[in-house]
Amino acid sequence: MSEPLLQLSGVHTHIGPYHILQGVDLTVPKGGVSVLLGRNGAGKSTTLRTIMGLWTASSGSITFQGRDITRMETPAISRSGIAFVPENMGIFTDLTVAENMTLAATKGPIDPKRLAWIQELFPPVRTFWNSSAGTLSGGQKQMLAVSRAIVESRVLILIDEPTKGLAPAIINAMTDALKELKETDTTILLVEQNFAMASSIGDTVAVMDDGRIIHDGDMAEMVADKELQERLMGLSLEAHQ
Amino acid sequence: MSEATIKPRIEKAPLGERMIEKLPVVLVPALAMLGLIAVGNPATWLTLTVAGLAMGLMIFIMASGLTVVFGLMDVINFGHGAFISVGAFVGFTVLIWLGGWTSSPSVFLNLSAVFMAILVAMLATALMGYAFERVIVMPVYGEHLKQILVTMGGLIVAQQLIYVFWGPDEMHVARPESLQGSFVLGEAAVEKYRLVAVGIGVVLFVAMRYVLKSTRIGLLVRAGVENGEMVEALGYRVRRLFLMVFMAGSALAGLGGVMWGLYQETITAHMGQEIMVLVFIVVIIGGLGSVEGCFIGALLVGLLSNYTAFLAPKVALVSTIGLMVIILMWRPQGLYPVVKAK
Ligand SMILES: Nc1ncnc2c1ncn2[C@@H]1O[C@H](COP(=O)(O)OP(=O)(O)OP(=O)(O)O)[C@@H](O)[C@H]1O
Ligand SMILES: [Mg+2]
Repeated sequence: MSEPLLQLSGVHTHIGPYHILQGVDLTVPKGGVSVLLGRNGAGKSTTLRTIMGLWTASSGSITFQGRDITRMETPAISRSGIAFVPENMGIFTDLTVAENMTLAATKGPIDPKRLAWIQELFPPVRTFWNSSAGTLSGGQKQMLAVSRAIVESRVLILIDEPTKGLAPAIINAMTDALKELKETDTTILLVEQNFAMASSIGDTVAVMDDGRIIHDGDMAEMVADKELQERLMGLSLEAHQ
Repeated sequence: MSEATIKPRIEKAPLGERMIEKLPVVLVPALAMLGLIAVGNPATWLTLTVAGLAMGLMIFIMASGLTVVFGLMDVINFGHGAFISVGAFVGFTVLIWLGGWTSSPSVFLNLSAVFMAILVAMLATALMGYAFERVIVMPVYGEHLKQILVTMGGLIVAQQLIYVFWGPDEMHVARPESLQGSFVLGEAAVEKYRLVAVGIGVVLFVAMRYVLKSTRIGLLVRAGVENGEMVEALGYRVRRLFLMVFMAGSALAGLGGVMWGLYQETITAHMGQEIMVLVFIVVIIGGLGSVEGCFIGALLVGLLSNYTAFLAPKVALVSTIGLMVIILMWRPQGLYPVVKAK
């Protein structure tokens, strides 16, 4: 494992009166895909939103590329090189696909070569370029959300459940695209419920429950260890019912 | 990922539904036609219609800022009327200074005087908007009840400041020479100033649409109205954007104040507060946050007020409230509901 790109130490997050994150310790190494698993309500989305500064950690620290970003404002965190694909995708439905992409390009006009590459990965972004983003299907919106995050090269991309509610064919397509993205020097922190998808793409894996990280290690190790899977997934299932 | 796995398709609503989507636009000519039938005399109808459009466009100018401010940051600003009044007083003061220009027979000098009055009033209200946002609105983001109380407080303070600077009396200024009187078209008399008001209003609406649809700032405003968090996550500071919109909205209210003042030729410290009743009706009819809806709502209110003022003067204000009730029964979120994320 190489040097840490992003590090959360003892992060607590409160939302109103609720104590959601209860001391999250998470290390994302540079390069590759880190997967964050956990049952519904474990605090995965809250973790990503806290990294983005959309919630402010009440204690603990978050460092990115050696810099403390715990109390930084969201726009500054974004401009330091972190892109975010939220759980609800955050598509601007009143704008066209092109306008959604244009706004995401904050350094200047979109690089045509990069756009061609993105449209290769996600053909609907080409097909519906001038359509209102509100007319896209759920899967197409998800592709646009990821496209928007990679319109310029980013150091780190946080993606929250990109396969949620998608048909199997689209899940495969999305997985392929993320695999290709992984080949560029972008690091991905991926929140997933779909273990098959997550294990096919992840290098490291962390499992969350009740606002804490309860397991942290290599994906290969977890894939090999059925007992560990059983314990963690079983726990998930138990807590589910 | 190949084209085969993702069937490209555009989900279009059925034709009938799309027609209903466009329906609000048709309401304006429909109301004008109804007016023609009710009024009977085409010449009278033309006079009333131009008056209604002029009034509607002036209300639109005053309301447009308010609706975007609400859409972008969920801020309810009951102090908006203060900018209307202050704009009118500043504009009238400029017109008095430029008395030589306004009483001159030269159309150019007359219009220059009005232009200067508008410019200074907009600058003053934009600055006042800056102070208002920083001092009064910023501490109460996200808290509607406090916003109502605090912005109303701001309104009262602003009205008292008008008394301090301009005294307690109402102020009269006659319109410049060339903006007095009417054009006569056949049997119909159309006041010149109303045509000017229509002209300014239309130019402003077109400019505003252009800014919102075709500039980066406009795109950010529209994106921010829908999902401010995501705009921040893309790296833009929504608060700064909001401050700009707030100042622009205040300047537009100031412009509206000058235009309304010239229309009435008399202004008071309370004029803004009084017009705010119509402004709120228009913003609600249009759908909170929607500029297009606000435009159509303002034209409907302007036309209806003038028709009813002629046909049944006693029910003029009641009729606009009736219009709002009917439209909300049809579309509870207003003519163009703004989709909010989450
Ligand atoms: N805005 C909020 N207000 C109050 N509680 C919240 C809010 N957002 C999240 N929570 C609570 O925080 C806990 C963690 O939520 P979070 O969305 O982070 O879970 P998650 O792991 O992403 O779940 P899922 O897999 O269902 O997306 C949940 O108990 C949830 O109810
Ligand atoms: Mg979640």
